[in-house]
Amino acid sequence: MTYRNDPYDPKQAMLLAQDALDDAVATADKAFAGASDLDALAALKSQHLGDRAPISLARREIGSLPPAAKADAGKRVNEARVAVQAAYDARLAALTAEREERVLVEETVDVTLPTGRRPRGAQHPLTAIMDRVGDLFVGMGYEIAEGPEVEWEWYNFDALNMHPDHPARSMMDTFFVAASGSDKDSGKDADSRIVLRTHTSPVQARTMTTRTPPIYIVCPGRVYRTDELDATHTPVFHQVEGLVIDKGITMAHLKGTLDHFVKGLFGPGTETRLRPSYFPFVEPGAEIDMWFPHHRDGARWVEWGGCGMVNPRVLRACGIDPDEYSGFAFGMGIERALMFRNAAADMRDMVEGDVRYARAFGWEA
Amino acid sequence: MRVPLSWLREHVDLPQDLTADGLEKALVKVGLEVEEMTDAGASVQGPLVVGRVESIEELQGLKKPIRYCLVDVGGEQPQGIICGARNFAEGDLVVVALPGAVLPGGFAIAARKTYGHISNGMICSARELGVSDEHDGIIVLPAGTAAPGAEARPVVGLDDIVVEINVTPDRGYCFSVRGIARELSHSLGGAYRDPVAAVVPIEGDGTEAYRIDVRDSVACDRFTAVAVRGVDPAAPTPQWMKARLAVAGIRSISLPVDITNYLMIETGQPMHAWDLERLTGPLVVRRAAEGETLTTLDGVRRALHPQDIVIADDTGVVSLAAVMGGSTTEVSATTVDVLLEAAHWDPLSVARTIRRHKLPSEAGKRYERGVDPQITAAACARAAALLAEYGGGTVDPRVTDVYSVVPPAPVTMALTRPSELAGIDYTPERVVEILTMIGASVEVEDAGARAVVTPPSWRSDLVDPADLVEEVLRLDGYDRIPSVLPIAPPGAGLTVTQRRRRIVSRALADAGFTESLCYPFIGAATLDALRIPAGDPRRDLVLLRNPLSEEEPGMRTTLLPPLLAALRRNLGRGLRDLALYELGTVFLPGGPVRVAPSAGVDGPPPAEELRAAEALLPHQPWHVAAVMAGDADPAGWWGPGRPADWADAVDAARVAAEAAGVTLTVRAAAGPDAVAPWHPGRCAALLVGDTVVGHAGELHPAVCAALDLPRRTVAMEFDLDALPIPGVSTAPRLSGFPTALLDVALVVDAATPAGDVESALTEGAGKLLESVRLFDVYEGAQLGEGRKSLAYKLTFRAPDRTLTGEEALAARDAAVAVAADRFGAVLRGA
Repeated sequence: MTYRNDPYDPKQAMLLAQDALDDAVATADKAFAGASDLDALAALKSQHLGDRAPISLARREIGSLPPAAKADAGKRVNEARVAVQAAYDARLAALTAEREERVLVEETVDVTLPTGRRPRGAQHPLTAIMDRVGDLFVGMGYEIAEGPEVEWEWYNFDALNMHPDHPARSMMDTFFVAASGSDKDSGKDADSRIVLRTHTSPVQARTMTTRTPPIYIVCPGRVYRTDELDATHTPVFHQVEGLVIDKGITMAHLKGTLDHFVKGLFGPGTETRLRPSYFPFVEPGAEIDMWFPHHRDGARWVEWGGCGMVNPRVLRACGIDPDEYSGFAFGMGIERALMFRNAAADMRDMVEGDVRYARAFGWEA
Repeated sequence: MRVPLSWLREHVDLPQDLTADGLEKALVKVGLEVEEMTDAGASVQGPLVVGRVESIEELQGLKKPIRYCLVDVGGEQPQGIICGARNFAEGDLVVVALPGAVLPGGFAIAARKTYGHISNGMICSARELGVSDEHDGIIVLPAGTAAPGAEARPVVGLDDIVVEINVTPDRGYCFSVRGIARELSHSLGGAYRDPVAAVVPIEGDGTEAYRIDVRDSVACDRFTAVAVRGVDPAAPTPQWMKARLAVAGIRSISLPVDITNYLMIETGQPMHAWDLERLTGPLVVRRAAEGETLTTLDGVRRALHPQDIVIADDTGVVSLAAVMGGSTTEVSATTVDVLLEAAHWDPLSVARTIRRHKLPSEAGKRYERGVDPQITAAACARAAALLAEYGGGTVDPRVTDVYSVVPPAPVTMALTRPSELAGIDYTPERVVEILTMIGASVEVEDAGARAVVTPPSWRSDLVDPADLVEEVLRLDGYDRIPSVLPIAPPGAGLTVTQRRRRIVSRALADAGFTESLCYPFIGAATLDALRIPAGDPRRDLVLLRNPLSEEEPGMRTTLLPPLLAALRRNLGRGLRDLALYELGTVFLPGGPVRVAPSAGVDGPPPAEELRAAEALLPHQPWHVAAVMAGDADPAGWWGPGRPADWADAVDAARVAAEAAGVTLTVRAAAGPDAVAPWHPGRCAALLVGDTVVGHAGELHPAVCAALDLPRRTVAMEFDLDALPIPGVSTAPRLSGFPTALLDVALVVDAATPAGDVESALTEGAGKLLESVRLFDVYEGAQLGEGRKSLAYKLTFRAPDRTLTGEEALAARDAAVAVAADRFGAVLRGA
């Protein structure tokens, strides 16, 4: 113990002795290092940094020193204090980090738990294909044209070079709309001249009748034929047709458009081959074969629709001068596209509305 | 059209090593679609020989007659063979499959002991060999066909490739060996021999073989007839002819009929064989009279239409011309004098008669698609010669040939036209070469600029320059046409309604709904199940004359019936927690369906006619619908699921409408406004402005029961086309100043719609109100009977300053004041 009125003798001011300070620092260091958790560290803090800590007590002694000695003693005490504080801070940081790490470990969850709180929906794959086809042609500058599914016979047949007695007209397996008041049992002709469109071609007839060339359109949509539903037929199905009317349009343009189309929809390496065939609304007419390298059973030719140069009779019926304009048209089934593009085996799956079907396709970029 | 390669080879030179694959490619190249290709040579394996029956022993004491035959099959000893057939006699030539042979279907022949004898092979029927469906006994070959032991395959037509061709409606001439052989010569370049050109004509002596009176030269522009007398009625059809008819799918009937059918296949000329003794007086060609009837060969008595072309004798109508003969004059098992007819009938009349009487036939389909009018005489001459040769008759030297054929009109085409349409250059010489090759006569005019082309008589399909263009492109080869992408003028992309449908569809899919593309057919039973009352416009259906099912004869007026059926199908497959949607058109006749006009095709109908026709079509707006059953939010490890309820249906409608840029308002569709198929207390009318565009809510329990759906199934449907197209939206100005949040609980009458209270609060709060959110609905005893408390969180914010507490309170009080004024709302706890 020293007392204020004692004559100065640094050696007697024991607490200010360098040994004592070093000892205090070493003791604190050791104590902090031994603190096993934050609570223990907090308890040690007052012991080594509090008012009654050796260094704090030493600081008090400074006042009793002669002025010449004060500066030196103050400096030494301060150094000691900084050292202890640093030791404390380091241990605090270490213990805090340890605790945080432990808490994070404790908060671990099983991230493989299912997360489906929001039910997933899906578009029908046929819709997705039709949108894709539309986008492809819109990108080429085409427009998407539309028309009614319950359609006037003139647009569905007559304008397309299929007069009432044309053999191709009876091949179409048409659904006929009954005129009101007509009686099936009486055998009276109940023909309303209105049908469920058998193809999307009436949209072409409508477009040609109401607009002037140049015309670059595609018409995706639903069509009807009186087939029974089975694995490869459905009475309600979807087609996409394309029509171009312009000056100087050739069959080479048709071929080029089809090649571009099938590559866009079915992937690189796909190409088309035209086979002479007959459709009343085109002349020359052709069946489209497509070389499909991605077929699930190996690369092969698959039949996919019909095409040709628009028959001048159709142009005339729709008010377009065949001497000034020429054009091409093509049409194909969307269900069939899904069958080989996505290896779909059975058309019934496409019409039954089983949610598992559409969901399995997901979204396709 | 099924035809064996050997028959084609008789009329066109083809490479000897032509394979089935090579034949198919050659046909496809010129536009003949191959339906099926059969290599008959591969269908029977092992030894198949001609045998002569040396002796027949009838085995006794068996349940059925069985013969043990000794058959000379060319070896040293005749072979013993057991046979169950009885249509042959000693000395007959038969076809024998020897041990080691394998018949179609994998039926292996081996020597085996049966009925107490060793049977060393099998005597075959046509069906067992897969040659035809005939199984009335075994094949008996005409005497002298071949020596015993000879290879039997060529004899029965089993050494051949059989090709089935799908003939398109424009190629009537390819319903014949004559036409297909011609196309093959175009395709492969071999020499062509016209079967008609080889016929030695009957010169005639100026008198008629039989009196034919053609009274309608439009109906019939050519009628040729020759007679063959003294034919042996029992004379068999030669085996080679039978075999070829069998390949073509035509049953052997009698020698005269078989010969007419054989020539039809070979030349494309349908023919008819009359029994001369059964004809009474001249044959008259005319249209049927009202009330006339005819019993056709199929035994059906038919009432004739005044547009039907008929052939009559003094007894009345004896034939439905070109389509089917009558039963009274056909050749029979006793016919000795035969009149052979080859005529040319009006394709349109024939087509109508076929459809009117639902009588498709081999002859009819040829006439409908166009038969060469110039080959009747040759067909008759050849038929007569064959009948004389195989039936032992004498050909009458006289010929009847009524002729008023109008020659085909020449078609004028610029010689550059094929090049212009193909996108490649054909020289004028090449164009003329191809057109000449198909049999047209070509005159080049105008210094080589134009060709005047007279099509051959068998090509009635060539009437326009475009038809000639196709011939040039097709025969030069479609594979030569290059691939060039045309450049379209710049487009404007999708229309706003197209974009809107896409966005709505994706929004619903994103909200958890799965799209269904349903058949749009409905019927009264479903509408009954949906409790849609009489007089509701949804009962007014577009009806089909030939529906798939009599239960669903109409087109949907609402998307719900097919969509609910899809929901039930899913449930039936064990799926739960379902949300389905569909975007599609409905069909609203809006009154009786009237008969639409017919219009010509020489040009577009006048605008007013187009408009009139358009007005007769039903209104076909796009609707959107969604249905849900089970949980809307799934159960999981996080806790139980939340069942779908009416609010999910209303929200689905809101999601769809908001995707279309429109905010729906909602009001109760209850009491007199209740709408089927919804629960009268849980149905929301969906409005845009004052217009109801659809409904959403829980289905009526009775509807769920009737449709076998779970209780509380919910649904929404609205008319997407009734939604206005929103304008360009205005960007908001966002304030960064602090908000003032104030809660108010208002006690109102329990019947007061929350939506209306919210509107009142919004209106009263003024511009400072940023949002209002209902966070609690409470009904309890302390509020009193018939009262409820609605607790709202009001968020206030000013665009330009921090709101003071006084300002926020004043705005809240103003909001409450309007609610109080309108609904007597009282601040709870106040």
